Amino acid sequence: MDLNIIWFILIAVLYIGYFFLEGFDYGVGMLVPFISKDDAERRVAINSVGTFWDGNEVWLLTAGGATFAAFPNWYATLFSGFYLALFLMLFGLIIRGVSFEFRSKDENPKWRNFWDWMLALGSFIPALLWGVAFANFIKGVPIDQTMTYVGGFFNLLNPYALVGGLTSLTIFLLHGAVFLTLKTTGSVEEKAYAIANKIWPVATILFILFIILSYFQTDMFTKAGVTPGIVPILAIVTLLLVVYFLKKKRSGWAFIMTALTILLATVSMFLGLFPRVLVSSLNPEWSLTIYNASSSPYTLKVMTIIAAIFVPIVLIYQGWTYYVFRQRIGTKSELEY
Amino acid sequence: MSVLTLARWQFAITTVYHFFFVPLTLGLSIFIAIMETAYVKTGNEKYKKMAKFWGKLFIINFAMGVVTGIVQEFQFGMNWSEYSRFVGDIFGAPLAVEALLAFYMESTFIGVWVFGWNKLSKGVHLAAAWLFAIGSNLSALWILIANSFMQQPVGFVLRNGRAEMTNFFDLLFNGHVWVQFPHVFFSGVTQAAFFVLGISAYHLWKKKDDMEVFKTSFKWATVYGIIGTILVLIVGHTQAQHMVKVQPMKMAAAEALWDSEDPAGLSIFYLGGINPKIPGLLSFLAYNSFSGEVKGINQLQQEYAQKYAHKYGPDANYVPPVALSYWTFRLMVGFGFLMLIMIIGAYLRGKKENWEFTDGKVKWYLYGIFFPLIAISTGWIFTEVARQPWVVFGVMRVEEGVSLATSSFEVFLTLVLYTVVYGALMVADVYLLKKYAVMGTAGIKEEA
Repeated sequence: MDLNIIWFILIAVLYIGYFFLEGFDYGVGMLVPFISKDDAERRVAINSVGTFWDGNEVWLLTAGGATFAAFPNWYATLFSGFYLALFLMLFGLIIRGVSFEFRSKDENPKWRNFWDWMLALGSFIPALLWGVAFANFIKGVPIDQTMTYVGGFFNLLNPYALVGGLTSLTIFLLHGAVFLTLKTTGSVEEKAYAIANKIWPVATILFILFIILSYFQTDMFTKAGVTPGIVPILAIVTLLLVVYFLKKKRSGWAFIMTALTILLATVSMFLGLFPRVLVSSLNPEWSLTIYNASSSPYTLKVMTIIAAIFVPIVLIYQGWTYYVFRQRIGTKSELEY
Repeated sequence: MSVLTLARWQFAITTVYHFFFVPLTLGLSIFIAIMETAYVKTGNEKYKKMAKFWGKLFIINFAMGVVTGIVQEFQFGMNWSEYSRFVGDIFGAPLAVEALLAFYMESTFIGVWVFGWNKLSKGVHLAAAWLFAIGSNLSALWILIANSFMQQPVGFVLRNGRAEMTNFFDLLFNGHVWVQFPHVFFSGVTQAAFFVLGISAYHLWKKKDDMEVFKTSFKWATVYGIIGTILVLIVGHTQAQHMVKVQPMKMAAAEALWDSEDPAGLSIFYLGGINPKIPGLLSFLAYNSFSGEVKGINQLQQEYAQKYAHKYGPDANYVPPVALSYWTFRLMVGFGFLMLIMIIGAYLRGKKENWEFTDGKVKWYLYGIFFPLIAISTGWIFTEVARQPWVVFGVMRVEEGVSLATSSFEVFLTLVLYTVVYGALMVADVYLLKKYAVMGTAGIKEEA
């Protein structure tokens, strides 16, 4: 296996880590204004991800940095091409980041309510846009022979991509609600169960619809090379199991299932892309691949050594923080945010 | 306006804004870790209160640095895609390493630090403080390794139509890194010292809060600040000497030195054609000797026009905006010396009055908070503006790096929106910083 393939896999892993981890704090962020009008209950929800959200977001920053280092053309074409969409996402990340820190540092209910809505909006935008983005990745976008994106902003908002966006949105909502059933106690936990049960059917229908549409809208299942095969089916199965564990009040298992759904869905999309990283809808020859978009063999080698040393270290200490802060949080807990 | 002009404005605005928050993060993280170390060693609650009080202000500032930093990482691809393609093989690596080594560390351990006071043993909590401080400063190191490549490109070869890395260690041991990083590091120390000094001075003036906390904070800030300002000036001097060697045009622009001089005098000011100079001092700054030729802008322009004619034609312009370079350089150096005098004065006066400050003049130190901000911002504007027209010195001109896929409408729109959002966030940030600074130790939650 050459280094280009290893880096493709590593970037897929970074996106999986990002969607799995930040996925639930996007979900929680969106649910904050809806979980309750009561400040104490909202704070429980916010604090359930308080220790983690910043560390979770670094998975995205690392995916961005790794793309730049290993596949500069992928980074350059994607970021300059999906310009306004990316700006919107950055806007979301900016306002949600400060919302966490700002909202509880003033007693004024209007101040708090304002930042709660900013947190929800700032979580909503990336949760929606990542689905739109990945749908466009696998469907293909207009890229010319110079690796330049020649579509506009509204090219990205085709019906198929919008279904993709709504799918990622509802999956992250469900993932966040299930996380709350796992991480909180008392009234918030109960409300989270109720919300999760309501979101689940919508998320499941959209998810299945998106997979069916993908069959017609992309070459994922037909092209030579790696087809996702049974992986999307497994993703559906894990998603169906969520409701079973919710009914049984087995929140840990329900969370494992939403996590697996996200993992398997992301794996499916990366398998569908391989060995391409951005599909050109104009001419298959103009697609960016792990070979024509990559760095030199020397740079890939250096980065591989660095990643081999530091990725395990990161996993160990981030895992440790989840262990240290594993207790459930309730309205009587000591709350920082 | 062209995409190029708008993209440059966007980079300037978002980067300067981002760097309002970064130096305080760098310097204050270490300062807080020192306070907490004192607490763990002595068991004295005063030091814990100090760490918590400054920690609260730290967090408000840190959040702004984090969210505006995300924009920075993505901006290269968004507005400078051709730059990213051309140098990505080299430039991407330090950015990826920064995320992997530093961002994970700082973001994870800041969470542990804020939420862990009652969940962790004192020793583990202290370790989180240090890991956080080290992580933050490591991120500065890696981004400066990337920036240094733009100032002094090393360890690469032009191949396959782009710059490709030939030696990763050349990037790390680039001479530019090891004059620039210490300069940035100690400017962070200075920023943190003046921040702590100013807010402590406010409370020493009001005399309503826990005086012991602010007396000690003030005292420590003077020591921390003396170390910071002296070293930032010394390192700045070595950096200038390095600049003469690798970017002589930048030095010439800093001095508005149109024609070569030997020995070269240091310009005091340059207004309406009047340009008094201290004889020989520029030669001394450049070579530690009162003689030696410092090259002028006109001679360098001629030299570069010849050298790069094969690529950019014989008439290309290599002169950066001279007036802006000249005045930002002077503001940086001027505020540097002003801060040195101020911090030594604060130390001597504090020592004489046993840190009691019975008259109201102590409140004037509050304004010192802005001095490092001015020096650091003008310093960065100088170092980036006076590198123009190069985006990578001697290798790529800035106009070659701009994105092809973006329209001027898109870049204009995002420029306006960044400015509006950043402006609004600044209002909220200053409101909270002021609120918690004034509230003093009452703002700290005292748990069991």
